[in-house]
Order: sequence, then structure tokens, then C-alpha cells
Amino acid sequence: MIVRIATEDQYEIPGDHYTEINDLDDAVVAAVEAGDEEQYAKRFAALIDWIRENGKRLGDDELRESDVIVPPADTTMAEAAAEFTGEGLIPDSLAESAGA
Amino acid sequence: MPGLGGRFSTVVKAKISKMLDKAEDPQEVLDYSYEQQLQMLQNVKKGIADVVTAKKRLQLQSGKLEQQVVKLDTQARQALGAGKEDLARMALERKTVAQTELQSLDAQVAELEAQQQRLTDNEAKLRGKIEAFRTKKEVIKAQYSAAEAQVQISEAATGVGEQMADVGLAMQRAMDKTEQMKARADAVEELEAAGTFDDLTALGSGEDDIDRQLRELSSASQVDDELAKMRAELGTGDAPKPAGELEEGKGA
Repeated sequence: MIVRIATEDQYEIPGDHYTEINDLDDAVVAAVEAGDEEQYAKRFAALIDWIRENGKRLGDDELRESDVIVPPADTTMAEAAAEFTGEGLIPDSLAESAGA
Repeated sequence: MPGLGGRFSTVVKAKISKMLDKAEDPQEVLDYSYEQQLQMLQNVKKGIADVVTAKKRLQLQSGKLEQQVVKLDTQARQALGAGKEDLARMALERKTVAQTELQSLDAQVAELEAQQQRLTDNEAKLRGKIEAFRTKKEVIKAQYSAAEAQVQISEAATGVGEQMADVGLAMQRAMDKTEQMKARADAVEELEAAGTFDDLTALGSGEDDIDRQLRELSSASQVDDELAKMRAELGTGDAPKPAGELEEGKGA
């Protein structure tokens, strides 16, 4: 699958990881909803790190469409609060259908 | 309700499929899309120039403030050395304000630096993707068959379209930061105009008694310094003594 970290790069992650990304994503959203800045920073960094560690950066000459796009790595909690919804970055319906 | 990812990619996808629907000739779409990409690249270059301008302005202000901090510190020492505590306090107060502004300016310069780097990276990336698109579009045109072309255009255009939307987002963020910095630079200039960071001797017609005292003090100590230097050069050595006393010492 192809995951994009907005304003940075696209990564190719072998296999189907919707569930893992979705879990990490839900944790970030929970921190935003709780208004917990410390947890937000920690969990969002965990999501970004996971993508960087498990993915291979796509070359500039590749023209691919992302399956998932996560917000910029420097997104503040205030920005996130405005963007995130209860469902997280990846709609649950998409995660379910991909996992099935 | 979708989050950012869902919304973001949906918007990109919707734009691209709208573009494809409108096109009667997919080859036209390819050329049009390519033009748009080049336009975007120009916008990014302009964006980088804007960030650099904002950064330079802040760096200039930062340099000026640094000088004022040093000057005010020197004046505070001079005043204290001369037992003028009120003057020393005034100089230190201004120094503190200048230092606080300086710290925040430096942090913002660093932030703009990061934005500039990001836009520069994005420009390179977009350039690479556009080049890949250009090659692909010529290949598609050469082997044109309506049904196949639709699919290939859709694939290529989606990839580049998403990249363009993403670069657009990076630009938007950089411009927002630049706007904040401009507002900050304006605020610092207002403080400057109000004389908040002025060195105490630099006041013009509006100088008050304290300022005059300080200027006299600083020129007086400059004279003392020069005298001390001259004495050292003349080799008269130790602390100066009144002429009479010297004579007396010799005579004894």
C-alpha cells in the first residue's frame, strides 16, 4: 500500500496495514479528543515513525496514488483538533472493507 | 465523516475525474495537466522567494537588536561604575526587552528556515514528478487508443495531481507561517519606532536629563580610558599622581 505523509513523501509499505495504521491513528485522535498535548505529540510521532520505518520512500519519478494520506509531521494539536474527526484520518468503513 | 486523509484524497480524486470527464480528447487533458503542473512549479518558486524575503527581514532586525543588547549592557556597566544606579536600571530594562524580542525572532528565523527547506525539497520533488509525467504523456500519446489512454491518463494524472495538491498544502503552510512572521516583524518595527530598544545616548531632540547625564558620563569615561591608555604608552607606569607629589617623592 502507498502512504503519504502530507507535505513530505510517499512511502510504499508491503502488504496490507490498514488495521495497524488505523489503530495508531485512532490513538492520536483519542489524545486530541482528550485534549492531552503530551499524549498527542507522542502518539502522532509514533504514527509518523511507523510509516517511515516500515515504508520505502517512493522515487520522484514515480506517479502513484496514495491509499492513505496522513497530515504533515509538524501538525500541532490545535490544527489536528480542527482536522480530525471521531473517525480518524482513515474512515473506518475503508479500513473495514480493506481488512475483509 | 472522513478525516483529513479521506477528505484530502477525495478532493484530489474528484478534481481529476472532473477534469477527465470534461475532456473529449484525452491528449488535450495530458497537455493541459502538464501546463498546470508547470504553473504550480512557478508558484512554488515564488513561494520560496517570499519565505526568503521574510527571513532576511527578520535576520536584519535580529542583527540590530543584538547590537542594541551589547550597547545597552555596556551603558549599564558604565552607569553602575559611576554610581548612577537609576541609569543602569533603565539601560538594563531596555536590554531585557530587546533580549526577549531577540529570542523570539531567532526562533522564528529557524522556523522559516525549516519552511524554506521544505518548499525547496517539494520543488525538487514536483520537478521530478512533472518530468516523469511529461515522459509518460508522450508515451501515451504515441500509443494512443481511446480506451487504454483513459486508464493511463487517469493513473498518471492521479499520481501527479495528488503530488500537486500536496505541494499546494506545503505552500499554504509556508505562506501562513510567513504571514505570521511578517506580522511579528511589523510589531518589532513598531517597538523600534517607539524607541523601546534605543540605546540611551541615541535619543535626538527629545533627550531628557537622564539621557544627557548618561552621554556626559560615557564621554567622560571615554576620556578617562584614553588618558589611561596614553599614560601606559608613555611608560609613566603606575596610577597617576599630582605633579607636586611626584616632585616630592623624587626629592626624598
